This record gives sequence, structure tokens and C-alpha cells, in this order.
Amino acid sequence: MQKFERLDGLVAPMDRANVDTDAIIPKQFLKAIGRTGFGAHLFDAWRFKDPGEPGMDLTRRVPNPDFVLNAPRYVGAQVLVARANFGCGSSREHAPWALLEYGFRVVLAESFADIFFNNCFKNGLLAADLPAELIDRILQGVATQVGYRLVVDLPSQSVILPSGETCGFEIEPVRKRSLLNGLDEIGVTLENVDAIGAFEVAHRASQPWLFA
Amino acid sequence: MSAQTLYDKLWSSHLVREDADGSALLYIDRHLVHEVTSPQAFDGLRLHGRKPRRIDSILAVADHNVPTTDRSGGIVDPISRLQVDTLDANCEAYGITEFRMNDPRQGIVHVIGPEQGATLPGMTVVCGDSHTSTHGAFACLAQGIGTSEVEHVLATQCLVAKKSRAMRVRVEGELGRGLSAKDIALAVIGQIGTAGGTGFAIEFAGSAVRALSMEGRMTLCNMSIEAGARAGMVAVDDTTIDYLRGRPFAPKGEMWSRAVAHWRTLVSDPQARFDREVHIEAASIEPQVTWGTSPEMVAPVSARVPDPAAISDPAKREALERALAYMGLTPGVAITELEVDKVFIGSCTNSRIEDLRAAAAVIRGRQVSARVKLALVVPGSGPVKQQAEREGLDRLFQAAGFEWREPGCSMCLAMNDDRLMPQERCASTSNRNFEGRQGAGGRTHLVSPAMAAAAAIAGHFVDIRGEL
Repeated sequence: MQKFERLDGLVAPMDRANVDTDAIIPKQFLKAIGRTGFGAHLFDAWRFKDPGEPGMDLTRRVPNPDFVLNAPRYVGAQVLVARANFGCGSSREHAPWALLEYGFRVVLAESFADIFFNNCFKNGLLAADLPAELIDRILQGVATQVGYRLVVDLPSQSVILPSGETCGFEIEPVRKRSLLNGLDEIGVTLENVDAIGAFEVAHRASQPWLFA
Repeated sequence: MSAQTLYDKLWSSHLVREDADGSALLYIDRHLVHEVTSPQAFDGLRLHGRKPRRIDSILAVADHNVPTTDRSGGIVDPISRLQVDTLDANCEAYGITEFRMNDPRQGIVHVIGPEQGATLPGMTVVCGDSHTSTHGAFACLAQGIGTSEVEHVLATQCLVAKKSRAMRVRVEGELGRGLSAKDIALAVIGQIGTAGGTGFAIEFAGSAVRALSMEGRMTLCNMSIEAGARAGMVAVDDTTIDYLRGRPFAPKGEMWSRAVAHWRTLVSDPQARFDREVHIEAASIEPQVTWGTSPEMVAPVSARVPDPAAISDPAKREALERALAYMGLTPGVAITELEVDKVFIGSCTNSRIEDLRAAAAVIRGRQVSARVKLALVVPGSGPVKQQAEREGLDRLFQAAGFEWREPGCSMCLAMNDDRLMPQERCASTSNRNFEGRQGAGGRTHLVSPAMAAAAAIAGHFVDIRGEL
């Protein structure tokens, strides 16, 4: 997994609540069997005016000039700032894959849906919730100041605004550790292989019908 | 020991370890696998030279991509075909039990698990699909996971998890005539919102929930995720046990008796405390219809499309305006005046035999309205389809002008050819009315099976209570 430590990145706004994973990466792109190729279709139905299909020639797409990420000022953004319940709906991990491949390393929102939030950390995408009041101020800053950037520092769990104001965010210690070190979570879990085996033996003894 | 919730019991009985910071390893009993979220997980295993730990815990089926029309020639769409072939190859390589596309037991993963008795009370159940919450109807701790977690469970039989808070939603009293679990689910979401259950595991309780069949309880738990809760559950009672008796994967003989004795303990203790309690009177629930692009944008069928002008919060007003624009709706119009172009009866929410019976009961010899371009009935599984055909429901639907299809996810998410065209309005028994969910530009209204069938006949939404 990609490590994350500190980022000084251009911010793009996604100023709406309940952005669902169907919007982040529409279903027709879920037919792929690999982990790549999703960035080109991030927010496909919003980003483009022509209907998106897998395998199409991207140079012939018709961008929607009204969609925020198509504005030249947000090209190269690495921090996405969103409202409440970001990533609701389907469990598709293609959503964080698409965000990462597009170039985002951080999503800041008022709140997140559980499965999406969890999926972000499995891929080195930092997701953090911030108070609505702070999200408001950041979005106002982004709207009024071209080139608005944020510094996101994981070791100190802080977001630094252009004004120098520093705001903390919460992250579970295990997630922080994994991100900072780019750990292979399966490898970490397998260090408990004896405990898993012992649990399994006892579990089978008490509920043998759970084992074929 | 202090009084425990059902969730406490399921959690603590599967803990391999729990760290001081709350991070835990939770043992997984049943892993359901489908074609969309598993190929990258199997690739990951191979890349690291790992193998699935417990093949006997896995049951696989292709459901999202499969055509619902004649399948004898295989899948035409090459990209869909490759994904289904990849699942077949992975299952073959590891010796995983799979119901292939032409297996009579094939169907939607959340229909076949319970139907086969592969979902049993007290289990932890995972699947790379958010609607895994469905299985909680059997007093399971069942939750949707991402692809990295699919790989993690394959390799370790465990999930890295943190305990959720516990919410109890009590629905007391008797549902009105023609009302169903779907109306309860939508009413709950309307009350607590699509993020109301975020961070919670919900237990559904109360006399109206006890009165539901297992099919109804599955519908209710299925929609937990639409309230933001990864897991929903219902305690074990006679209804649970009666449903499971004799199912192919359920224990038999002396093992059955031992299992039942254990399952009877899978209820919340009377004094157990919940972090949040929600109470709803069943009698107050009317047939529900969503009008917007989030399941919380829902109203009773007797209501009108809401007016953004009445909302003072600018962000909420803007969201409402955006939803109405997408849905092509005018504020103040009666829900019953909304005309539909297509009708979809199916999905992991509402494709079980009881759902099909409820829809069929509305038809009474009438025809699908001439203005409805397509009315689809997609049974949730092969056995549901066969049962419906034994009862003559297929002939009844077809005589009325519905199409009778092969099992799969179909137009719930439109990964196959079943989809809405831009601006088409659909009465759908599925679970999500997100923008583009049933096809780019399509307009979804979530309803119960009876409400969907009634809309197909009338060509617009009708109050089912006047129909019965």
C-alpha cells in the first residue's frame, strides 16, 4: 500500500452532501477485473456529457464544462473537500481506486459512509472528517482564492490552512500506523496466525455445524 | 455478566483478539463471493503467494453481470463475460463451491445464502457487497466489505474491525393492509436519514418486526445500509428456525438440535442497553414512495412532491432543487400523479417468493398500462423462479404484460442490459434511487412490490390501500 505522511496539495471542492459511490465510479466500469483504469472515469456521469462506457476512446469524450473538477484551476488537485455522508451506498472499492488514480491523496468531509471510509485506508487514501464549520470555511477559501492549498500532516494529525491556522483531525491509531508505514494489512494479521488457529479450534468445538 | 445486546453476543463470540485501542480481529464464518468485487482479491492472493484459509466457508455465485434473458448461448457482452469467467476460473482453481450461471440454484447472492441455509444464526457473514446486511435477518453479524477486505478474509478468515455502537429500531403494532417490510424500511430511513445509522449496528425489534416473515426481515435488514448502518439484525425466534429447517446447507439430525439450542440464545437480553433507540408505530406507516435521489427523500404515497421554497437552510434547499431537477419533478405535484415508463420487480431487496406473491395479488386479471414501456419481474434465484412457476405466478405476470426473466441483480444497478434510458421514470422495488443507478439519466422511485405492480397497471403511482 502507498504510504502517506505529509502533503501540501491543491484543493478541489465537492460542495454537496450524500455523494454516493455510484456517482464516484458508475457501475459500467465495475466490470474490469484489474485495479487500474478507474481514474479516467471518476465522476464519469458528472464529468462528461457523453455516456461513458468501458474501453472508449478517452480523447473523444465531451467534458461537462459546468462540472467543478473540469475547471482548469482544479487540475492537479490532490485534496478533495466534501460535505456530509461522502461515499454512501455501494461497497465498491473501485471508488477509492478511482479517486487515487485521478490524483487525490486526501478526502476531507463533514462525515463519511462507513464502508467507503474503511476502503480508503486499505489503499493509502487518507480520509478525515472535519467539523462542518471548518469545511465551510475551507470551501469559502477555495471559492475565493485560486490555487488554494492545504497541508495535511499525518504524524501530527493536522490540517494547516493557508492562513497558518492549524486544525487537528482524529484517526484510529492502527490506521495511522498502516498509512505511515504503507503496511500490508494481511501480513500484519497473519502475525496472529496462531491465535486465529486456536480460536478456530475452540469455535469448531462449540459450534461444529459452522464447519463443513 | 451484564446484560448484552444481540450485537454484543455476536461480536464477543467472534473475537480473535481486541487491542486496547478497540481495533479487533473478528473471525468470519461465512464468506459470500460474487464476480464484481472478487477478481482483484484473488489476484492479490496470487501476487503474495497466499491461499484461501477456509474453502468450506466460501460460497460463490455470479449475479451482478448475468443476463436475465435466455442464457443458453452464454453472455454476449465480452467484458461481462470475462468477469464471470474469471469468477468461474478462480473458484475452480481453489475448489470453492460456486453456483454457476446455469446452475438451477444460481441467483442473487443475498437471496441464495439464506435460501440454501448457508446463512445461519450466530454467524459472522461478509461479502464484497453493501447489501450483505440482508443476512442479519437470521441474527447474524453480516456486513458488506471492500475488495481489500475480501482478500483479507480469504487469506486470514478474519476481518479487522472496530465495534460499532448499538441502535434498536422498535416497530410496534400492526401494519396496515397492503403494507410491507419495504414500507417499514423506507419509513425508518425517512425518519433517521441515510446517515442516521452510520457507525451503528441496528437491531430491528418490536411486534411488527416479530410478525414479519423471514423474507420481510431480509428486506428490512437489506435496507439498513441505506440508513448508513453496515449491519442490521433481527433476533432468533420460531420464524427463523422454521425457515431454516431442511435447507441444504443447514445442520441435520442431532447437530440440528444442538444448533437450535444455541440459536435460541441469540436475542438481546431484556435489560440490555442500546446507544440509541428509535420507535415507530406500525399503524402510522403509509405506503412509501421515494421522490428524490437519496433513499431518505421519501414520502407517503398520499403526499406531494416537496417545495424547495419552504426550506430555509440554503444547502438543503439546493440539494432538494438539484434532486427535483434530476428527477424531472415539479414541487406540489401529488405523488399519485407521477406517471411511470418502466417497472422493475426484483433485486436483493424484493425478489423473494413473498414479494412476487404480493405483486401478483395486485394484478387481478388486469393489464399493464399502455404507457408503460417495460414491466420486468426478475426472481431472486432459480428456486424462487421455480416456486413461482409452480404457483402459476409466471403465467399471471405474463398474461398481464410483465416480462418474466432469469435470476440476477438486473435493473437494480443495470450492469447487464436491463436499464433505464435517460429521463425514463421507474417504479422499482430495489434499494437505491441514486442518480444514474438504473441507467444514466434514469429516474428511480423506490416502492414495495405491491406498489410497483399497482403502478404498472395504472401507469402511475396509486395508493395500494384502495386497491385491495
